[in-house]
Amino acid sequence: MLLYTIKRLLQGIITVWFIATATFFAMHNVPGDPLINDRAMTATTRANLEAKYGLDQPVVTQYVIYLRNLVQGDFGISFTQENREVNDIIREHFPVSAILGILAVMFATVGGVLFGALTAIYRNRLPDYVIMFVVILSISVPSFVIAALSQLSLVSLNNVVGRTVLPVAGWGTIQHMLVPAMVLGLGTMAYLTRLMRSSMLEIISSDFVRTAKSKGVPPARIFARHQLRNAIMPVITVLGPAIAAITTGGFVVELVFAIPGLGRYFVQAVQQLDYTVIMGTTVFYGAFLVFMVIVVDVLYGFIDPRVRME
Amino acid sequence: MNEASTTAITTDDRFTSSAGKQLGIYALYALLALSALIYMLAVAAGSTGSTGASGAIDVVNNAITIALREEPPQLDANRATDASSHVVLAHVMEGLLGYDFDNHLVPGVAERWEIREDGATFWLREDSLWSDGVPVTAADFVFSWRRVVNPDTASQYAFILYPIKNAEAINNGQLPAQTLGVTAVSERVLEVEFERPTPYFDKLVAYLTYYPVREDFFNSTNGRYGADTDMMLYNGAYLLTEWVHGSTMRWVKNPNYWNKENKGYLDEIRTAYITQDVNAKLNMFKDGQIADTHLLSPMLPTAMEQRWQIDRSMDGSVFYLEFNHREDRISRNKNFRRALQLAQDSTELVYKVLKEPSYLPGVSLFPAWLTGVSESFQKEYPPPMSKLDVQQAREHLELARRELGIDKFPPLMLLTGDTPISLLAAEYYQQLFQKNLGLEFRIDAQIFKQRLDKMRAGEFDLVLSGWGPDYNDVLTYGDLFSSWNLQNRGRYNSPEMDLWIRVAQSELDPQKRMDAFGEIQRLLHEDVVILPMYERGFSFVVDSRLKNFRRRSVGPEVDYNYAYIDVTN
Repeated sequence: MLLYTIKRLLQGIITVWFIATATFFAMHNVPGDPLINDRAMTATTRANLEAKYGLDQPVVTQYVIYLRNLVQGDFGISFTQENREVNDIIREHFPVSAILGILAVMFATVGGVLFGALTAIYRNRLPDYVIMFVVILSISVPSFVIAALSQLSLVSLNNVVGRTVLPVAGWGTIQHMLVPAMVLGLGTMAYLTRLMRSSMLEIISSDFVRTAKSKGVPPARIFARHQLRNAIMPVITVLGPAIAAITTGGFVVELVFAIPGLGRYFVQAVQQLDYTVIMGTTVFYGAFLVFMVIVVDVLYGFIDPRVRME
Repeated sequence: MNEASTTAITTDDRFTSSAGKQLGIYALYALLALSALIYMLAVAAGSTGSTGASGAIDVVNNAITIALREEPPQLDANRATDASSHVVLAHVMEGLLGYDFDNHLVPGVAERWEIREDGATFWLREDSLWSDGVPVTAADFVFSWRRVVNPDTASQYAFILYPIKNAEAINNGQLPAQTLGVTAVSERVLEVEFERPTPYFDKLVAYLTYYPVREDFFNSTNGRYGADTDMMLYNGAYLLTEWVHGSTMRWVKNPNYWNKENKGYLDEIRTAYITQDVNAKLNMFKDGQIADTHLLSPMLPTAMEQRWQIDRSMDGSVFYLEFNHREDRISRNKNFRRALQLAQDSTELVYKVLKEPSYLPGVSLFPAWLTGVSESFQKEYPPPMSKLDVQQAREHLELARRELGIDKFPPLMLLTGDTPISLLAAEYYQQLFQKNLGLEFRIDAQIFKQRLDKMRAGEFDLVLSGWGPDYNDVLTYGDLFSSWNLQNRGRYNSPEMDLWIRVAQSELDPQKRMDAFGEIQRLLHEDVVILPMYERGFSFVVDSRLKNFRRRSVGPEVDYNYAYIDVTN
């Protein structure tokens, strides 16, 4: 198990190095100029800015410097936020995205497993139809529509009640987080529901469930021990990437609900060709994703003894 | 058989209901666990900065809540270039001069001033203090201005100081910063030497790049000046007391400010939200969370349903099609440009295509709000106009074709930004020139920086471009198409234009100076340097309890310096 973990970690490091390299060269080959601005600048000013960011060096030298700093965990200074280090930006804004993300993942997992199990038990009956309708809807409708609609309903809700029940935007309290987290987790919840439903259906008609039934095992026990526990495995498999995707993919929700998360910086940096922020956030997100996948792989072994055997 | 199947169904039913019950129990556990988690997350979130929920207008505390479009990259006035920084700095800092509520130039740190042919003198007031209680002195301006033109600072707005003696040479690294033509004669007298006569210098010093910086404080920040609340000194009507990056700011009334009776009536201004999403801002406004927001035309029906008072203001900028005048381009041919000029009509663009009620059809590079000698510049110098005349346009195009010696026109490149408005305008011109002149334009839509880069490199025939004012004088537009202006990305080059721009820059007699702008306006039309498209405006709504809120064409786009709360109606 230890050997396995170490092997996975090494693979992860190589993956992150690859992400860092690909981002670096992609950014330096994207057309456009990170230093250009509305007001044209003189050659001297430009030369000074280039020197400040090391853009006057050959690309290979820049790459070596970048990798050396990366190993020391230094992503450099932002091009647009001239006094802020990319490390500061990540340190200040990732916790916000992470908190929102964790809540969203919890909503998604709890909802996905419960609804999935429910639809499987009541397959082809009313609860199944209703839930599956909602699921298809949440998968098909893009998140910016759902975000805008839910914000609009919050406005109406507050108007009807006559006071602020749930704030329409902002950050800092439970009330601020609930609706954005649900919107953020909705897509994943829908996906998990479908996954849970199909895996549950497979198990319901499996041999060991029939055996258990014929042995006269109490139905509640069959459901909990034999069906749910087995059916939940595929859900856990996709949970790692799902956590990473939710935590890093909150840009739209963060924009609509004015939440100070990292997603905004990630997307704006691309538009503004802010090299250091793009490279910093991409590598950070990449490393996070790789890490989550490793964590899930290792956890898997604990949850399902069959995996450990192999 | 029949009986057996019935039994199967009943057993199954029993199983289902029992499983459902079990699931219900799990759901309950999950909910409990979720609530505990939410509680923990809420505690964690509290430590990452909080919006608070005091509503748009807090009458008790005499405070308002607003939203900012973007997080200011940094608040170092010497280097700031963006609109959000400008808004914040205009509330927490003050220059030698400033603008009052009605856009008149009024004394700021300087109580009086004198502008001569060769220079200017500013007498500073005694009671203008920094937020730590130390008086603002002439030396603070000398330090700040030297810093702006010092090439090491790499300030992108250094050009705005070029009228000061040696500024340009210093900025190009040819002279040391100490040679800048500005001296502190005494603590309260600032002497400026001009490079050339600069009759509009009073308007320049109101701009944020000219704000003072105190040397000893600057040196104590270790190069992080303007990065945080404690990395700045203030001398404006408000102090920045809290700045959670990307999230919230708090501006509090400055107890040391000398002009408290006439500026800074609100005790506190909270910028609780940062978002570019105009729809989200509208929702916040509707919910009573922010004091003002601007509206796009699709939102106007909502605003009218709510019976809000909708106001309009010009944001100051002018948008136009700029030709590429480089040697190898077809757009260098004047008859070609004339043909395009005669084949379009900006009123149709604004009223029938863009349909933004606050926009004005473009008629000149010099927008309608600029002042001439005594009244509106456009009134004193009516812009030359050419009527839409497709017949004549085609004749000019034919002339151009023969002059260029080509059989037919190749496809041309129409460069544009990627905002919805510019794409709409680009598509309109594309089909218009196709219909009226049979010319094929290919739209090249690029993100902001890439469009600028392509403009600089000259990779276009026609580009949708625009310009916003820096100071309240016609010259802020007037020198755009001089041969030496780096901003002239189409490389228009005319000795006659350069001559008139030199006059406009240095002529002391206001009448003669405005005449020069009149000539520049005529040349821009006759030489078809640009095709004006529109002057941009904003529709906006303000909470009815907030009075004297300003949106400005020059200076900060929103101004709360003179705003106050009035709950009488």
